[in-house]
Amino acid sequence: MADLLPEHPDFLWRNPEPKSSYDAVIVGGGGHGLATAYFLAKNHGMTNIAVLEKGWLAGGNMARNTTIIRSNYLWDESAAIYEHALKLWEVLPEELEYDFLFSQRGVMNLAHTLGDVRESMRRVGANKLNGVDAEWLDPQQVKELCPILNISDNIRYPVMGATYQPRAGIAKHDHVAWAFARKCDELGVDIIQNCEVTGFVKDGNRVVGVKTNQGTINTEKVGLCAAGHSSVLAEMAGFRLPIQSHPLQALVSELHEPVHPTVVMSNHVHVYVSQAHKGELVMGAGVDSYNGYGQRGSFHVIEHQMAAAVELFPIFARAHVLRTWGGIVDTTLDASPIVGTTPVENMFVNCGWGTGGFKGTPAAGLTFAHTIATGTPHELNKPFALERFETGALIDEHGAAAVAH
Amino acid sequence: MLLISCPNCGSRDETEFHYGGQAHVAYPENPNALNDREWAEFLFYRDNTKGAFAERWLHSTGCRQWFNMLRDTVTYEIQAIYPMGTARPDAAPPAPESGTASTAPDSTTTGTAAPSIAATSIATSSAPASTTAPEGATK
Ligand SMILES: Cc1cc2nc3c(=O)[nH]c(=O)nc-3n(C[C@H](O)[C@H](O)[C@H](O)COP(=O)(O)OP(=O)(O)OC[C@H]3O[C@@H](n4cnc5c(N)ncnc54)[C@H](O)[C@@H]3O)c2cc1C
Ligand SMILES: [Zn+2]
Repeated sequence: MADLLPEHPDFLWRNPEPKSSYDAVIVGGGGHGLATAYFLAKNHGMTNIAVLEKGWLAGGNMARNTTIIRSNYLWDESAAIYEHALKLWEVLPEELEYDFLFSQRGVMNLAHTLGDVRESMRRVGANKLNGVDAEWLDPQQVKELCPILNISDNIRYPVMGATYQPRAGIAKHDHVAWAFARKCDELGVDIIQNCEVTGFVKDGNRVVGVKTNQGTINTEKVGLCAAGHSSVLAEMAGFRLPIQSHPLQALVSELHEPVHPTVVMSNHVHVYVSQAHKGELVMGAGVDSYNGYGQRGSFHVIEHQMAAAVELFPIFARAHVLRTWGGIVDTTLDASPIVGTTPVENMFVNCGWGTGGFKGTPAAGLTFAHTIATGTPHELNKPFALERFETGALIDEHGAAAVAH
Repeated sequence: MLLISCPNCGSRDETEFHYGGQAHVAYPENPNALNDREWAEFLFYRDNTKGAFAERWLHSTGCRQWFNMLRDTVTYEIQAIYPMGTARPDAAPPAPESGTASTAPDSTTTGTAAPSIAATSIATSSAPASTTAPEGATK
């Protein structure tokens, strides 16, 4: 396909031994952990910090997502944080001096029922009021933007229109992680792989260290960025999170000529499809229903999304599945993340991004770093506090923001 | 796909079932007496165990009956199936993965007397009762 991938980089960061103590320790070396460390160093001058990753750098959900980036969420709080993230995506390649192929090819959210149509139009209106680019497309306009979409009436759920966000798109996820990691390293952050956190050292209710398979490390502050394993870490620290971990699967086809110019998501028949820079079709849908930490799910979930894809894109009928995989996503009941303080002093949590946190990576990093450095939330993550489950001030994006990605 | 042994219908594909989340979460005896924290715990907080997990399933396209299951959330192996209202059978040893979440004690079990577990649980360790998606499905 047309776009050449960036050269595979040489080693971009050191592999240091952990020091005996740090000003802050970030648990989890996925996109969010790395972005948090980057903003701690860059915005708050905290460079005596470490990112601890139990496996290899960004081998969790960061390596497994379908890279959709958009900000067309319904509620004000969500639109604010995701739109801030999108604006950061627009400047990060230059700031990180790394072209990770952020491609603003637009994202379309299809409507297949009258209910979808009403909800979609409402969301376009809400987006516009929040300064998020959004349009309503009729089926003919849908077809013009994505000619391979079947807009005929002869399918089970005909396309009745779509919302469209032109500034949305995709990026190369691995390269995003490497871009952050390289900058972190340059700024003096220690990135320590194969370092699993197995417990915490507390002085009363204050965290003062982390126990790892590489020994105990003292630290002033701890930031959890463990995605699907957030509950496990919280339990070690002695508090609970309203999180359920589920398998989320995705798949790719073999490489094809460029046929799919944008990103298409359908909540109703439930699939989302883009074509990656190299040419493979990338698809995903919803979580497996059961709780799971296995990084794999059931095959009928894959079959469902392929059936949906073939109905919407008849030319995909002869494409082959090359590979399927799964990640462990940390879901909340309101489908919104949790970024803030915890019941444990000096311990902070960033989790609950569930099926859609890749797009939020820069804003998660920015706001979580602010929260860790200052001890109080940034304006953007204030509404996403753990306390909302007690106050009832939920940010209910379920069904409000089209599909979850 | 999981192959699930419905206590009434026998082995059926997972697609016939509906997942019901953590088992043994009792409705508060006196909701009015709960403070916001306790109410939040009941509404929004569930165990998210890595390892043996007691959960509810509904055979929605079969007998339409609920039942409980003890399943390992790492290997997805089904360890026991037992009726609603009975206590959780003993957990199998935790998953072989490195030291992480304990299998949380079942603090919310409704205090009903537990009938004989042996009679009601189906030990699946010897039977190939659970199949899942193929291995190696990572990117
Ligand atoms: C199949 C799939 C498709 C997705 N598609 C999209 C999409 O299109 N758009 C979108 O916006 N989002 C998407 N997401 C969601 C997105 O990937 C996640 O929300 C996001 O990656 C989570 O943040 P992270 O990158 O920090 O997580 P991760 O990369 O999972 O990082 C967490 C890290 O913590 C480490 N860890 C866990 N426990 C410990 C411990 N005890 N000690 C040390 N380290 C530990 C893990 O090994 C892991 O590397 C998708 C997810 C999946 C699985
Ligand atoms: Zn049945």
